[in-house]
Amino acid sequence: MLAELVDIVHFAEAGPVEPDARVDIAFVEGSITTAGELQRIQRVRANSRYLITIGACATAGGIQALRNNANVRDWMAAIYAQSEFIDTLETSTAIAEHVRVDFELWGCPISSQQIVAVIRALLFGVVPLQEQDSLCFECKRQGNVCVLVTGQQACMGPVTKAGCGALCPKFGRACYACYGPKENANPDSLSQRFQGFGLLPDEIAHKFLSINNSAPVFAEAGKKAKENGHD
Amino acid sequence: MGKDAVAQTQFLQRKDLQTLLDTLIAAGYHCLGPQVRDGAIVYDVLADVSHLPVAVHDQQAPGKYHLHYSQGLRSFAWANGPLALKPLLFSAREVLWSAERDDEGKIQFVQVKPAVQKTAVIGVRSCDLAAMRIQDQVFLEQQYKDENYQARREALFTVAVNCSHPADTCFCASTGDGPTAKSGYDLLLTELDDGFLVAAGSEVGKQIFIQLPLEQASDQQHFIAGEQALHAEQTQTRKLPQAGLAEKLLANLDHPRWQEVAERCLSCGNCTMVCPTCFCHKETEQPQLDGRSTEHLREWDSCFTQGHSYIHGTVIRDDTEKRYRQWLSHKLATWLQQFGNSGCVGCGRCISWCPAAIDLTEEANAIAGDEGD
Repeated sequence: MLAELVDIVHFAEAGPVEPDARVDIAFVEGSITTAGELQRIQRVRANSRYLITIGACATAGGIQALRNNANVRDWMAAIYAQSEFIDTLETSTAIAEHVRVDFELWGCPISSQQIVAVIRALLFGVVPLQEQDSLCFECKRQGNVCVLVTGQQACMGPVTKAGCGALCPKFGRACYACYGPKENANPDSLSQRFQGFGLLPDEIAHKFLSINNSAPVFAEAGKKAKENGHD
Repeated sequence: MGKDAVAQTQFLQRKDLQTLLDTLIAAGYHCLGPQVRDGAIVYDVLADVSHLPVAVHDQQAPGKYHLHYSQGLRSFAWANGPLALKPLLFSAREVLWSAERDDEGKIQFVQVKPAVQKTAVIGVRSCDLAAMRIQDQVFLEQQYKDENYQARREALFTVAVNCSHPADTCFCASTGDGPTAKSGYDLLLTELDDGFLVAAGSEVGKQIFIQLPLEQASDQQHFIAGEQALHAEQTQTRKLPQAGLAEKLLANLDHPRWQEVAERCLSCGNCTMVCPTCFCHKETEQPQLDGRSTEHLREWDSCFTQGHSYIHGTVIRDDTEKRYRQWLSHKLATWLQQFGNSGCVGCGRCISWCPAAIDLTEEANAIAGDEGD
């Protein structure tokens, strides 16, 4: 169905390879980690009418962006026998740090529904809807019992965007914040609550410095929690 | 309880509680009753009274809900869990209509009617009956009737239970909505150790009532029920300010407390969703990929979202201070102007289920308290 509405001109995993084609929509996944990617993202931007990031890596750095707060050379030396052959930048960064991004699909992983909805909206010529509300909305609409309140679990739902269908809380687990910070999030208050549950500052920092660690709101909250631990 | 109600109140032995359930099922009702699930007492399909939360008790505090167990026979010795009647009547998520474009480009609209079945809910508390009355006002007594709500409402049978064990977060005595149910139920139970006092509150309730193996209730049983109600009322410690609450709240829109509570508030919307009277919703289109048809979806929304106050390109309430103030001042003050009564029934859910442990009564008292009068 999708292929009847749009021409898929570059999608290496599915077959078509045409990296320098001019397109209406470029979906970009992954973060910028090498000098080659740094140049390539400029070409993708120049060739695309709309550039849309897919997932936590492209949108908020992903797991690999955790190294931005460490010395990447030390890490490489600790793991690889001959790390001099590794071609990498010092940092791993979200797409929006390099080029203008028209729309972001948050989530790790995103759902196919998010892709379909954004294409449909652009075909209609309307601005796609961006989910902004907390994960708690999905829990409550489904009738899930709150794991933070009943289990005093360190659930990230109150600061996290909805979108996953509250997958973890539905099975009694605290939210991992895969969909990034919600609009008007209050990580300071949630951090204090976690402290009340007995979490150590480093444990609180890890809650924020996870898949979406480069999202500014989470990055700041993680930094604050770490600083509290060093006071 | 009035004199007539006392006269019409009879006694059902505990061993005959299943007969009540069987009678409702035989009358065609889909029965829902309180049961323990995921660490809380929620309504679920009930066919066997042994599934009721026997000897289960709750401990509630701001941001905290915990169950514990004791010896005992009682099935209703707990205060309300997270779910009110609201999700059964005002659906959290439902398609209201769909639209389809035909080959000529014309758009046809089709109303989507919900599948509604006769439903009986066992264990409804007086605060939730009061909340249902408020939502009836909102959905049925304004200029437009909400047909989906109406269909479900007409199919609902309520078996209320007088509250004997309010939680620490309850304050229905202060709002005048409990702990004893005065009206709005089809059947009313008062749980005693050996059984239940039963009264009918409607014609359909009476139809069930007359089929039950009831005995005459003794003076002693009435006395115990009265004592129990009094105790349930007196154990409540939280209360809303009484004198001129609405006026004081509206006269204190710049009170520094709004900013203080905003620092703790997560703006997550939990309070509004567990609130049995909150009725805000949003509507969005769910178009099919081919662009020929769409479903118009209504979902619970909240005054704590950005979208709620997005008007003509601007978010009117762009920070948590404004959103919290909107929630509290609507619930306790402007609701009065809008509907003629307060929007709060004292169920305390917004206190227990707030992840940040914010206490509505504490905030209301700080901003518009009786102190200093």
